Amino acid sequence: MEEPQQITTTNVTESEAKGKQEQLSQAYWSLVWWKFKKNKLAIVGAIIIILFYTSCGLFAEFVAPYRLDYQSSHLEARPQPIVFKNPEGKFSLRPAVYGLDQQLDLVARTRTWVVNKEKIYPLSFFVKGQPYKLLGLIPTNIHLFGVDTEKYPDGTAFLFGTDRLGRDLFSRIFYGGRLSLFLGLLGQFLTLVLGMVLGAVSGYYGGTTDILIQRLVEFMGAFPDIPLFMALAAAIPVEWSPILVYFMLTIILVFIRWGGLARQVRGLILSLREREYVLAAKSAGASDWRIMSRHLLPGTLSHVIVIATLMIPGMILSETALSWLGLGLRPPLTSWGVLLQEVSAVRVIRFAPWMLTPVPFIILAVLGFNMLGDGLRDALDPYSGR
Amino acid sequence: MAERIATRDDNIILDVKGMKKYFPIQKGLLRKVVGYVKAVDDVSLYLREGETLGLVGESGCGKTTVSRTIIRLYEPTAGTAHFKTSLFSADGQPEMVNIFDLDKEQMKRIRREVAMIFQDPINSLNPRMSVFDIVSEPMVIHGMKIGPEMEETVVTLLERVGLRKEHIRRYPHEFSGGQRQRIGIARALSMNPKIIFCDEPVSALDVSIQAQTLNLLQDLQSDFNLSYVFVAHDLSVVQHISDRVAVMYVGKIAETAHSDVLYNEPLHPYTEALMSAVPKPDPLYKSERIIMQGDVADPSNPPPGCYFHPRCRYAVDKCSKETPEFRELRPDHWVACHRAEELKLKGV
Amino acid sequence: MAEPLVEIKDLHVQFEVRDGIIKGVDGFTLTINRGETLGVIGESGCGKSITAKAVMQMVPKPGKITGGEIIYYRRDKYNPQKPPSVVKITDLDPDGDTIRSIRGGEFAMIFQEPMSSLTPVYTTGTHIGEALFLHRLVPKTIGEQMTQNIMAYRPVTKQEAREIAIEMLQKVGIPKPHERVDAYPHQLSGGQRQRVMIAIALSCQPFMLIADEPTTALDVSIEAQILDLMRELQESMEMSIMFITHNLGVVAEMAKEIVVMYMGKQVEKSSTVRVFYEPKHPYTRALLQSIPKVGKRTSERLASIKGMVPDPFHLPTGCVFHPRCPSFMPGKCDVLTPNWIETEPDHWVRCLLYENV
Repeated sequence: MEEPQQITTTNVTESEAKGKQEQLSQAYWSLVWWKFKKNKLAIVGAIIIILFYTSCGLFAEFVAPYRLDYQSSHLEARPQPIVFKNPEGKFSLRPAVYGLDQQLDLVARTRTWVVNKEKIYPLSFFVKGQPYKLLGLIPTNIHLFGVDTEKYPDGTAFLFGTDRLGRDLFSRIFYGGRLSLFLGLLGQFLTLVLGMVLGAVSGYYGGTTDILIQRLVEFMGAFPDIPLFMALAAAIPVEWSPILVYFMLTIILVFIRWGGLARQVRGLILSLREREYVLAAKSAGASDWRIMSRHLLPGTLSHVIVIATLMIPGMILSETALSWLGLGLRPPLTSWGVLLQEVSAVRVIRFAPWMLTPVPFIILAVLGFNMLGDGLRDALDPYSGR
Repeated sequence: MAERIATRDDNIILDVKGMKKYFPIQKGLLRKVVGYVKAVDDVSLYLREGETLGLVGESGCGKTTVSRTIIRLYEPTAGTAHFKTSLFSADGQPEMVNIFDLDKEQMKRIRREVAMIFQDPINSLNPRMSVFDIVSEPMVIHGMKIGPEMEETVVTLLERVGLRKEHIRRYPHEFSGGQRQRIGIARALSMNPKIIFCDEPVSALDVSIQAQTLNLLQDLQSDFNLSYVFVAHDLSVVQHISDRVAVMYVGKIAETAHSDVLYNEPLHPYTEALMSAVPKPDPLYKSERIIMQGDVADPSNPPPGCYFHPRCRYAVDKCSKETPEFRELRPDHWVACHRAEELKLKGV
Repeated sequence: MAEPLVEIKDLHVQFEVRDGIIKGVDGFTLTINRGETLGVIGESGCGKSITAKAVMQMVPKPGKITGGEIIYYRRDKYNPQKPPSVVKITDLDPDGDTIRSIRGGEFAMIFQEPMSSLTPVYTTGTHIGEALFLHRLVPKTIGEQMTQNIMAYRPVTKQEAREIAIEMLQKVGIPKPHERVDAYPHQLSGGQRQRVMIAIALSCQPFMLIADEPTTALDVSIEAQILDLMRELQESMEMSIMFITHNLGVVAEMAKEIVVMYMGKQVEKSSTVRVFYEPKHPYTRALLQSIPKVGKRTSERLASIKGMVPDPFHLPTGCVFHPRCPSFMPGKCDVLTPNWIETEPDHWVRCLLYENV
């Protein structure tokens, strides 16, 4: 008697609110996006990260005016300043660089490069240069910018200067970023997998498994980092190919860093495990695997994404520190850490301070990840306080 | 146990005897067991087909643990729980099977016949699953139906509980509390269960929605010949829906009786005090309220003798020394009190 | 005879959120008299808690009082002969000195959740003492008054605060108050914590206690203790209580007068007996019929209110209750907005059934 009435009224109220209900279907993600967009810093962070990964990761060859291994005759040349002048010395919108002249410093008994304001080489965009394969596939010789060597055969464009072997630092920073950033991503991905699996197992099964994993995490955490790194890095055979060393280093970093994440995941699983929907699945006869994959891990995902984003900078910095110490990547591999290793001598800082240019790039990348991570943290939890 | 069924009636679908569930208290690095929380301590109850057994008590009395232990969401410490089913019999005749003896595979099959409805309409549905996924999950687990047939079943279930076809692709947060509880009920019905354990199904709902949900549960019971174990702390709700009521205090059942009998002629002082404490929605009702002094006993360190004696106004010496026996004083009226025979207690 | 303490006139509270504006309280008019208990009942989201917070000038963000006024007839606690001054609470700065001295000192509030209302790192004595230092003055001795000759009252000292705290704990029925004054919240049970909350609220002898679902999280036996305690203390201290709850049983026992709220509007107001025995508004009637009554197991089914509480962004036209109302009059209820009218002396209702339209 009452039941049909009830349904009809539900119909009325629902059809009124229908348009709104449809919006609500994506309410979570639209709310996340809305909150994320409001956070200007997070947007800036996201843009920085995207720019880094496209310019270094995908298109380093295109962005860099020179090839990674190209050794020019300009050894330890200082950065060529950018000016807005045409070759006649008049103002022009097209940027140009001053040329460099070699000078013999009789007092210091060294050869140095000085800026020659007479020589002006205009920079061209999408200029033909050294050949390479775009994305490893398409053979081309177009670079983002450079000096047109057909018009100016002796023109150079070393925006950040060159190193002792005459290699362009600007190009090397972008090539180095590729390895450093990719190591951050790959390492973090592996950390995520290891941390989530062990954390989830630890939290879900509890008991002896939990005790063992937790004690292991504590043991790893208590170990002094640097000696452990040194021991592990020393264990890498010298004759290994650089690529192998690269992956080995990634794995070492993962090995040391998974513990924190595992703990966080364990905590999340412990709280989710007591949710009634997990009990509901259990009471329906769901297997452990089903409960874990359908009910527990998806619930931790938003949190884990945030932690992972905030952990990537640590990964990048670890690589930099290790390589700088000479324990990580070694030439001919080029990463930001390897680039900085070349600055480890005081002489270089004294006579070629431009070799420190990778530092601002590292800072920028780390800041970018942190801003992005903070924004994600606020956005992925849109129902929390404003 | 066998005699009880023989002497009583064949209608009993669930017969729990001497069930205990102790949770260990662990401390230290190696989690050494330093004591036990006796959440359920020697509980016996039975349920007939098509009947509702209400389970009431204050928070922490173990009523939720009872229902979760029976369906082995928690592993029982001791006791038996016989359930009438024909799932394992060779000739298809129903027989009494001890749930606590079943192995993992058998337990999974039993779960088709016992379902559960939870208290919290927010927490009991996975926020990342659509209504279809939630309601169909038991069917997926048991490999019962596939494809369009499953979808049809889900739609039928949703319509039966008063939701609509269009709701099938939506997510829990788009529904109000009452609607969410209906989704939970549809999920419980999906395997055609015989018993549904209702764990405080209406206590988180608003008054007007509470009435709708109770009516729905009653309709479903008569349509599908369901048996309910209805766990709640609200005595008026329990009285309304239950045929028989069991009152729990600190892990033990204090009294069980038909609900009219229990509410009008209680035999246990705790029942009497609990009834008198319920605020009556009648401003002219002059209650002689019995205020129970102090707090509920700690189940990890209960008082000796009858657990209720420190708060009981009828307590005598014996109460603090001997644990009262849970006995059937009148037909279908069980009580655990030394003085049950002599006391004249007031109902509502 | 009744002397008004607080008058709420046509109060509007709105919440501006992303999806639009929610009318949390929409035209609320009420007078709370000195020494009386007023019950506010309604389902979740009906605006009862927001009304209470508005009286304390504590509307949570992003809410705002957008209309109406709350007038408080403020008496000097220490000079009762003085005629009361009129304070417009709605005009006060929510962080200002005046409202802060009223909050806690003259209006006290207790909340639903006794677990999170106490700071875990302070003892009960510290909690009570904090309220006392802020709001309670004690008479000076004759000697002090003669020498200083200014005010007859001074703030409490530490020792006095402790003594008052012990006295309050004893009053609210906490065993061994001398020991419990040094107990931390986690050492107390839920019922005891709520008693401590009441002790804090009452330690400054407020004129009004706002109790927002004070027993909802408690068991019936503890609830009975707390309700008894509140009644007892009210009689001895002559304060008003604004009792907010969704539990009709509790409100029937506590209140002298009841306001029923639905979707931010008051729909009925009268004495408790009238509301329970001669309810006028269909919502009140339905609410009373939909609860199972302990000890009266008569009908098999409960009379339920059909449908659900409407979406606050898409309120129904006319009377907000009309889609769920059993006495719905098509063409009237969905078009016209009912007024707040007095159908009988002291029985107010907002329903078109009682208007000539």
